[in-house]
Amino acid sequence: MIPSGDYIRILPEIVLSIFGMLVMVIDPLLGENDDRKSIGVVSAIGALLALGATFIMAGHPGEAFYNILRVDDFAVFFHVVVILIALACILMSFEYLKVQEIRQGEYYGLILFGTVGMCLMSSAIELVMLFVAIEISSISTYILAGFRRRAAESAESSLKYFLLGSFATAFFLYGIALMYGATGSTNVDAIAAALRQGTPVMAYLAIALMMVGLGFKVAAAPFQVWTPDVYEGAPAPVVALMSTGPKAAAFAVLLRVLFGTAAPGWFWAVWIAAALSMTIGNFGALVQTNVKRMLAYSSIAHAGYLLVAFIAVRNMEQGVSAAMFYTAAYAAMNVGAFAVVSHFASAGEKYVSIEDYAGLGRRSPVLAAVLTVFLLSLIGIPITGGFFAKFYVFRAAVSSNLIWLTVIGLVNSAIGSYYYLRLLVMMYMKEPQSEESVPSVPFAAGFAMAGCVVATLYLGVFPNRVLQFAIESARTLVH
Amino acid sequence: MTLWLIPLLPLAGAAINGLFGRRFSRKLVATVALAFTAASFLWALVIASRFLSGGQVPIADHVATWLQIGDFRIEYGFLVDQLSMVMMLVVTGVGFLIHIYSVAYMEHEGGYYRYFSYLNLFMFFMLTLVLANNYLLMFVGWEGVGLASYLLIGFFFRRDSAADAGKKAFITNRIGDFGFLIALFLLVKNFGTLQFADLFDKVAKYSPGAEVGVGVLTAIALLMLMGATGKSAQIPLYVWLPDAMEGPTPVSALIHAATMVTAGVYMICRSNAIFSRAPIALTVVAIIGTLTAFFAATIGITQTDIKRVLAYSTVSQLGYMFMAAGVAAYSAAIFHLMTHAFFKGLLFLGAGSVIHGVGGEQDMRKMGGLKKYMPWTFWTMFAATCAISGIPFFAGFYSKDEILWQAYSSPHGSWIFWLVGVITAYMTSFYMFRLLFMTFTGEYRGAIEPAHGHGAHDDHGHHGTPHESPWMMLGPLVILGILSVVGGYVGVGHRFENFLAPVTPSVLSEPQTAALAAPESAALPAQQSEPASENSGLEDELMAISILCAFSGLGLAWFLYVKRRDLPDKIADSLGGLYTTVLNKYYVDQIYGAAIIRPLINGSRAILWRGIDAGAIDGTLNASAKGAQETGGAFRRLQSGNIRSYAGWVAAGAAVVVIYMVWMGTR
Repeated sequence: MIPSGDYIRILPEIVLSIFGMLVMVIDPLLGENDDRKSIGVVSAIGALLALGATFIMAGHPGEAFYNILRVDDFAVFFHVVVILIALACILMSFEYLKVQEIRQGEYYGLILFGTVGMCLMSSAIELVMLFVAIEISSISTYILAGFRRRAAESAESSLKYFLLGSFATAFFLYGIALMYGATGSTNVDAIAAALRQGTPVMAYLAIALMMVGLGFKVAAAPFQVWTPDVYEGAPAPVVALMSTGPKAAAFAVLLRVLFGTAAPGWFWAVWIAAALSMTIGNFGALVQTNVKRMLAYSSIAHAGYLLVAFIAVRNMEQGVSAAMFYTAAYAAMNVGAFAVVSHFASAGEKYVSIEDYAGLGRRSPVLAAVLTVFLLSLIGIPITGGFFAKFYVFRAAVSSNLIWLTVIGLVNSAIGSYYYLRLLVMMYMKEPQSEESVPSVPFAAGFAMAGCVVATLYLGVFPNRVLQFAIESARTLVH
Repeated sequence: MTLWLIPLLPLAGAAINGLFGRRFSRKLVATVALAFTAASFLWALVIASRFLSGGQVPIADHVATWLQIGDFRIEYGFLVDQLSMVMMLVVTGVGFLIHIYSVAYMEHEGGYYRYFSYLNLFMFFMLTLVLANNYLLMFVGWEGVGLASYLLIGFFFRRDSAADAGKKAFITNRIGDFGFLIALFLLVKNFGTLQFADLFDKVAKYSPGAEVGVGVLTAIALLMLMGATGKSAQIPLYVWLPDAMEGPTPVSALIHAATMVTAGVYMICRSNAIFSRAPIALTVVAIIGTLTAFFAATIGITQTDIKRVLAYSTVSQLGYMFMAAGVAAYSAAIFHLMTHAFFKGLLFLGAGSVIHGVGGEQDMRKMGGLKKYMPWTFWTMFAATCAISGIPFFAGFYSKDEILWQAYSSPHGSWIFWLVGVITAYMTSFYMFRLLFMTFTGEYRGAIEPAHGHGAHDDHGHHGTPHESPWMMLGPLVILGILSVVGGYVGVGHRFENFLAPVTPSVLSEPQTAALAAPESAALPAQQSEPASENSGLEDELMAISILCAFSGLGLAWFLYVKRRDLPDKIADSLGGLYTTVLNKYYVDQIYGAAIIRPLINGSRAILWRGIDAGAIDGTLNASAKGAQETGGAFRRLQSGNIRSYAGWVAAGAAVVVIYMVWMGTR
């Protein structure tokens, strides 16, 4: 008999699933010519309710369903981040879907179901459950990537993502099997206990395979190759989602797998992955001409910065909390940037090259100003969340004596400022190429952008509360 | 004590103009910008007067906690001690004057509200920088002034050169900031705080060999220096400043002469507790400063663009300040910083007035004889030129002489620094009077009826004969002119040095008695150790030499540019390659381009991009594919091998990780 308290511990997931099904049912009930905005509104409500449910869930920490899930501060943190990301993506999709003529019901349904997967990823402590959660989230995003049916690159994006993603998941699954073989358990705590007794080679192998799978999900080098193509082809709001949501969740899993099980031996592997990701990401972005591609490379670079926090093992609490803070800050600025990109792209995603942004500062001052905030944050200018995230990560790194990695990271962030700056220069210091007026930002998308601006600045100006919470959560994870 | 008002007032001005300025009339925009800056200046004066009348020192203002992680705490907090008080008054005072000047100067430009909004924003960040009571908040200002400077350099964004110059400034500064940031991380790691008071206390008590590794302070100081060379345009990161002259001239005066570029000097002086304990780093500071002073001066001799001469002279004068800081004569550095803000601010504003008067021309070869058209500009600039050249009893004379004397006599000094410094002083005097003579004496060489719209420069192409500027512009010139004459008297008899002594302990006194750790000490400590009297004879001799240099530089300039105006070209010809090398600024830009920037771009193109990103779908992006073809197309492209190559990458990466981990396991 499952105690009823357990259901409260998956309340956000339940709410999201119900609303996911609801929007799928509403869609066929509407007539062919009816306004489908209501579907979006319903899903936004669903996300909001899920957010509320998260707070209820937070009041009932503990294990659920025979130790498959655990609700702790760590899980709550990622629930909030992931659901907010989903909400922002839903809001920015209202107008986008209409402009791009994309069918709505399944779209929102998939976002909500995907979010269920991401939420479960942050609370699962059972490897098999983790696998299922990853698949829920991945399959939703595979499909979402292909939603611009009229564009060949979208289909290509979806296929590539699916094929390579499945390939990577296989590694993860195999890792779980080997871990079971090595320790006789698939529960994170039990594995940790077993590994403390002694680590067989098979466990190392298992960790390696799981890292490969997760490395793919977070787009860390050398498993990043898929990112630019997929981000370029997928619908912009979906990129906003998949460059932050599943990534945040995958980082949560990585934190659980590496720190929760007290796994050994991965230090240099992650070190090199971090250095490679930062370097490849930033150098790759330097020569891009397409904004979405550029942001794809930028997301690889940011995955690298984030991984730096992982290696700050000397003070695990600091490292883990830095990683968590970075996830939140990155989500805020990147979702925001993509919100602007998806609004500006117009029908058929016509305007996605960097050249198209010429003179945006005068064509649409507000849109340009909003994008500027996100770009400055991505560069890491103080009083934005991006600065604080980097500061905190590298502080953790330096206090763990990772001087060289810090040097690599900061050199990279200096190089990185160049390509973000290029976009800023385009917007403010070049003549507009077309006099076509930029459509005004609709309410929902504007709300999403404003939310991201507020979040970005909040994390930079008043980082303390989130940081304290991250530190608390890190404690629950590490111990 | 509501110190936060001082930076926040200009921010309010920036916000108002930035948000609503588009709908304001020009008058209203100017009124808003001026009012908030003036308020900030007045409030700074109030604080300073309380301070000087024996109030509690230093004045601290804790607004809020920024973050707290265990013991590590950073606050939003401001601090006024002797050092930041000088900076605060210079920034708000000179800043206010330049705001007034801008009202008239920018009158004919588009984007009036944008300009003042940026300018106020700059004031906010600059004041945050100098008033912050911890390094992180200082860094906020540090990055912020870079951003504001970037916006203002690129203000005339219709010119590509302006946009490029802005970008160059931003990127160069990011390189410097990288050093500064690492220094901050090392401070956190080793001392666990970034609050000035705590930190300097701990640094003073720190003994090497214990918990902290030997040389940590040296490393930190050198990294800080890296940041300072970026912001203050020193070798090797000075290249951005001459290009920054693309910005409007008042901006050059405020940001690229009087205030922002001195941030590096301020930072080193603020960190004197660290630098004084890292003698090697200190020597590096002095060497960099001396070299920069010298090289920039040589370039200044050959330039013919009036603003570029001033730009190189700024770099050179900043070199003097670094030299002073490098011999631990921090107060001399700040003293020169202050007088430099007066006379260099004035020189730029004067140059702006000249440019304004001759219809946008910046080439000195096309000026000449302007004295009779614009007497006010001439006389004020004459005062400033005397000041920068070290003509006795002008402001620059006192501060420069103090630096040269300290460079010679300080325990960290050396006669080499002094010698190079004196030679540089000679060159300075020469090229500054060259500027003055080329511009104001002789016959007017420009076209009386200049073609309209010198699109390439500050757009003032609406004039006939050269004419004097309006009073809005001349007023600030006159005030700064007076300051350039009398500003040096505060330093007579070591008054300035003694005033700053609680923050920057005099090198002649016993080293370090925890400067900031004694907040209760009086504003003006009664007796600082006087320099030994046997030195004063030598001091006078050295002073005589530098006076001689100043006058002979003047004389040479007079001879070549007034008396025998045919000679300079002949000399240039006879020097041949040497002259061209200097004229082309030692080809440093080209060398950086070929050695650093090209390889970076090409490298990222060739190796990383072509190797890994080969499957770009850019080429087919805009091709319209419809209906059933799309999927077919997608599949076809999958056959091109790129998905296989991607999978290959993943598999190869996986193999490496697996092999490594198994190796770790079997070890």
